[in-house]
Amino acid sequence: MSKIIVMTSGKGGVGKTTSSASFAAGLAQRGHKTVVVDFDVGLRNLDLLMGCERRVVFDFINVINGDARLKQALIKDKRVDNLWILPTSQTRDKDALKKDGVEKVIEQLKDDGFDYIVCDSPAGIEKGALMALYFADEAIVVTNPEISSVRDSDRILGVLSSRSRRAELDMEPVKEHLLLTRYDTNRVQLGEMLTVDDVLEILAVPLLGVIPESESVLRASNLGAPVILDETSPPGQAYSDAVGRFLGEQVAHRFITAEKRGFFHRLLRRTA
Amino acid sequence: MNVASPKKAPGGGAAVPEDLVPFKLRGGTFTLLVLQLIDLKNPNFFHWLLDKINQAPNFYRHAPVVLDLQGLAEAGPFNFAELARRLRQHQLVPVGVQNGTEEQNRGAVNAGLSVFPMWRESQSVPLPGEATAKAAAGAKPAEAQEAAGTAGDKTPGKPPGKKEPPKGNKVVIQPIRSGRQIYAQGGDLVVLNTVSAGAELLADGNLHVYGALRGRALAGVSGDTSARIFCRSLNAELVSIAGHWIVRDDIDEDLIGREVQIYLKDGDLAIEPLI
Repeated sequence: MSKIIVMTSGKGGVGKTTSSASFAAGLAQRGHKTVVVDFDVGLRNLDLLMGCERRVVFDFINVINGDARLKQALIKDKRVDNLWILPTSQTRDKDALKKDGVEKVIEQLKDDGFDYIVCDSPAGIEKGALMALYFADEAIVVTNPEISSVRDSDRILGVLSSRSRRAELDMEPVKEHLLLTRYDTNRVQLGEMLTVDDVLEILAVPLLGVIPESESVLRASNLGAPVILDETSPPGQAYSDAVGRFLGEQVAHRFITAEKRGFFHRLLRRTA
Repeated sequence: MNVASPKKAPGGGAAVPEDLVPFKLRGGTFTLLVLQLIDLKNPNFFHWLLDKINQAPNFYRHAPVVLDLQGLAEAGPFNFAELARRLRQHQLVPVGVQNGTEEQNRGAVNAGLSVFPMWRESQSVPLPGEATAKAAAGAKPAEAQEAAGTAGDKTPGKPPGKKEPPKGNKVVIQPIRSGRQIYAQGGDLVVLNTVSAGAELLADGNLHVYGALRGRALAGVSGDTSARIFCRSLNAELVSIAGHWIVRDDIDEDLIGREVQIYLKDGDLAIEPLI
């Protein structure tokens, strides 16, 4: 039974695509056949983060329009088994996403035996974002610890509970998870960012994981490798923990409080 | 409101065998919305109509409506085609008129609308809740009409055009997220969960919020000055009773996060901690 996961946020630039790439890679690493689908038509980025931009021939929109078969558009990841990428079109816009077309592609992916279909949503609450979340069984809401991101997440949670297919058909609601990204414990300590508890109090959604702010995320993007593959980096570990929790493992939260030896650490770093 | 067409298709001259006729004509009973026209010249007519439709867009979308012309008897002739076009723009589908003058009926037929039989106010089926409102307002029909929106509404001189079909109370269990608007028409709204900043609650009656109230809360929106807001943790962006409002900046900081009730005291908004 395939599960459709949407990675969404409302606000842009919070880390949806980064999270989609790492989350899908994490699921695949654990042996689940996974595909990550780029819904950000016109602003194609997922393939860059996955390092497969030079292998794109056909895309999601071609498949929707019947110009290509799904098999022709799916790109198999070279590093992780069980992982496929369905890139989107850079030349079209969100209007190319027709509900019945998207449904057709998702049904085909299900028939192909994918365990997880990760939908990387564009920002906003318009057509692209609506199409990305419409068929979802579970939603991972990506939020940064700052008020505008939290409010937009709240808005998208409302959209999920009213405009998804599950809501429209009066089925069991979309299962919601919160992924707090770009969490900077030092700035939280200084009161410059919201704390995990602040965000949880406002959104009241179970916490899937906290991804610490780190330069390794940008490095991974530029390398075209999901940061989860950088197993020594804090964000890589945090994503791996989050994937574990998603699959029902009991994993304690890390990276929420500032490092205990922070003072010496900073001192050493400064002198180094 | 029930419209019954003839039970049997009128037979033609020549007898065509039943199974060769390419259609079937049957009677059906439908419940239709009646749009009572009171003042078409009011510049806010469509603005207010749109407000009303937006409260329950799915309910009103492509809904067939019968136009009641009783209130326009003295208004003389007007352009039905134009009116029908505007209504269709608002996703209402005008199907006919009733209680019009002969001249108005002719205009309606010319505009492609049918003429429904005369129907007097006393004959119309009272919507649930309306009966009690009428009883509460006493015998005078004019008063009954005014009070029909909210039982116990004591606002005098409320335009009868704003009369709402009462729908009763509403209870919401889920959190109300930013951007959502919930309206309890003709009754109380009870929310058992959090109301996020950017969400909006509206009720003709009272408002009860058992989670944190961070959005906007408007009670007595049809003018009921006796409506109250009760909440467990006040952090609202705006609270309002019968059009009297106060924003977060003007709420006493000591009251923030408290269990309070909000009501109108001598025309002023009072916020008091609950005992």
